[in-house]
Amino acid sequence: MHSARKQKLYIVLSIVLGAAVAVGLLVVAFNEGLNVFFTPTEITEGKVQPNQNIRIGGMVKEGSLVREGLEGTRIEFVTTDYNADIPVVYEGVLPDLFREGQGVVAEGFVDENGVFQARQIMAKHDENYMSAEVKAALEAAEKRKAAGGISQ
Amino acid sequence: MIPELGHFALILALCLASLQAVFPMVGAHSGNTLWMQLCRPLSAGVWVFMLLAFGCLAYSFLHDDFSVAYVARNSNTLLPVYYKFAAVWGAHEGSLLLWVLILATWGYAVSILSRDLPLDILARVMSVMALITVGFLIFMLGTSNPFERMLLNTPAEGADLNPLLQDFGLTVHPPMLYMGYVGFSVAFSFAIAALLTGRLDAAWARWTRPWTNAAWTFLTVGIALGSWWAYYELGWGGWWFWDPVENVSFMPWLVGTALIHSLAVTEKRGVFKSWTVLLAIAAFSLSLLGAFIVRSGVITSVHAFAVDPERGMVLLTLLLLIIGGSLFLYALRAPVVKGTATYGGYSRELFLLFNNIILVVSTATILLGTLFPLIHEAIYGEANKVSVGPPYFNTLFVPLMAVMAFFLGVSTFSRWKRTSLQHLWQNLGKLLTASVVLGIVIPLLVTAHFNPSAMLAMALALWIALGVVADIWQKTANKASRVDGLRSLSLSYYGMQLAHLGVAVLILGVCLTSHYSIEEDRRLAPNESLTIGDYEFVFKGVEERRGPNYIADSATIDVLKDGEFYLTMHPEKRRYLARGDVQTEADIQVGFFRDLFTALGDPRGEGAWVVRIHVKPFVFWIWLGAFLMAAGGITAILDRRYRTKRVRDEAAVPAVGLKTALE
Repeated sequence: MHSARKQKLYIVLSIVLGAAVAVGLLVVAFNEGLNVFFTPTEITEGKVQPNQNIRIGGMVKEGSLVREGLEGTRIEFVTTDYNADIPVVYEGVLPDLFREGQGVVAEGFVDENGVFQARQIMAKHDENYMSAEVKAALEAAEKRKAAGGISQ
Repeated sequence: MIPELGHFALILALCLASLQAVFPMVGAHSGNTLWMQLCRPLSAGVWVFMLLAFGCLAYSFLHDDFSVAYVARNSNTLLPVYYKFAAVWGAHEGSLLLWVLILATWGYAVSILSRDLPLDILARVMSVMALITVGFLIFMLGTSNPFERMLLNTPAEGADLNPLLQDFGLTVHPPMLYMGYVGFSVAFSFAIAALLTGRLDAAWARWTRPWTNAAWTFLTVGIALGSWWAYYELGWGGWWFWDPVENVSFMPWLVGTALIHSLAVTEKRGVFKSWTVLLAIAAFSLSLLGAFIVRSGVITSVHAFAVDPERGMVLLTLLLLIIGGSLFLYALRAPVVKGTATYGGYSRELFLLFNNIILVVSTATILLGTLFPLIHEAIYGEANKVSVGPPYFNTLFVPLMAVMAFFLGVSTFSRWKRTSLQHLWQNLGKLLTASVVLGIVIPLLVTAHFNPSAMLAMALALWIALGVVADIWQKTANKASRVDGLRSLSLSYYGMQLAHLGVAVLILGVCLTSHYSIEEDRRLAPNESLTIGDYEFVFKGVEERRGPNYIADSATIDVLKDGEFYLTMHPEKRRYLARGDVQTEADIQVGFFRDLFTALGDPRGEGAWVVRIHVKPFVFWIWLGAFLMAAGGITAILDRRYRTKRVRDEAAVPAVGLKTALE
């Protein structure tokens, strides 16, 4: 082969190789980093596989927070969209704005017993501000309730 | 009265900026010198009135004028004076005012510092900058006026500044960041002027370079301060979260870095011209995108304050006008500024091209990750929300940066036009061997663990750092003495090497902290202790303490090192009285080789608390690296050749006279 052609071949090969690596990395990255958001209602409806990495959002149910008398740093609470409740277990330090009756977003997975094992708890940095995710979850639950009420 | 004066000053600034947007530009096209010259006094006028408006808002804050709605929402009589001033930019309206003030400052600075610039180019540059100012002033006066009054129901007390913002790092962080964001408007305006005139030569690149360096330096400092703040104020012990708002500040930085390198090639070799222009447009566009994302709340994030759809729409329109307009112009005019020179294999141009490609690809992946939740929502409907977490960004960004770090080492030793492989190998063979061997041996000796990624990071950091030293050594070899050699090197060369050294230090900081930090969240009863490495943390209990505008639960933790008393730490949980907000105040003992980090979690009964204790090696190096990069940026700006062009031309005349006299 001519050297010019050879050079072109190398360039084309390296571009193809580079693109393949890039696409491969992108797929891996999205697999690892992507969290789909679910509401408590959707989880009770069985839309989530056990151990699937997800995010859930809702309100922290009043009176559900247990922080004393548990092992180590473990805490338990219930998150609700006022239609369905999901118990949440977390080990670690809660964010400053976490409190009962406020919105919360948690990242983790649902175990075999239907308990959400949170790896990370997020509460937003403004009391008046509700996370768009939580807001949407509550609105969706309300719509379902309304629709359910009519059919009954 | 004072707030009205401020409001009036804003309107006057808008009028002057409108004049500045029109007359110098029209003058430049029709050759009207007088109209072109108007740009200097007009930009001074805009600056003065913006300063006046800012002063008025600051005055209202310092005098607790709660009849101004913005002051009432973001200040309080109990707030310390220093934070009252910083509260001026503590929320949307005021920070927008700061943004426009900084834009006006950059404009004024260009008008007084660019004496060498041909008048028609200066006029166009100033007009473009004024056009941006007009857009933002209309936005501010129309949707977010900081001087809005509540004269009928004047509150007796303000709602206080968000406690997260009551902190030194965060009072300096926004101005620095804005200096960076807005600073790219200068490079952007130069790029637009180049497209309009079709003139894009070495001189153009030389004018643009110091301004780009300056903006980049501010952005570097701004991002570093933000990350430092997140580290000690958010109380999570992390320093980078790939939060959307961090990402939108990081993207202009990456593109800005690419722009700095591309400008160097354009100046020295006259290639990459249209690419440079595109990068200049992209850097500023990404800055504006950052402003839009932070302001509009389209992406939920810790920073997304002032969620207001109307503001979002106006900003989006402004964004589309500026980005769309400039890209349209680019499409029409880019062929005019095309480069003509060529370059061969393994040249410095080629390696800098790699650098640019990697930086732009990194930016693209971050952009994709940041906007993906929006795209997903647009396709699958609002009920199907996704979020993209740190693993996505780390998986893509870390390998890209590793490749870039490798090429950084190579490109320093490569030459313009063409470098032989033999030359590269002669210079780099030993360095490569040394950094690989040391990179494996040092972590092994210190930790006795085989950790491939930490070793790779160490090797790459050494590769860059040893390369810097070897290059300086080589460049000073042929001089009478090493000192003479060091003196003969230019400041922009030192700036480059300093910044590259910063990259090496940053890589070490980031990777060693990620791999060797020990992080424990533990429930500790009084007098219970936790041992991490050489340190034993003894939890003494929590007491109540009163601050100026808060009440704190203050913990006492005695730290023992190798069994002997070392220091006492006091992490706190503060409750701010005005808003009732709770705020974790971490206590960090900063060290050159490791930080001790303690933060208080929540009470768990019987005096026991959950306590967060981290030992973080080399975390300080992250900010040291950023500081070195910024120092490199400043050093490069100070290079004489950006300032003495005219002097040199004058000096040439007597030299010619002398020559003819000798003949």
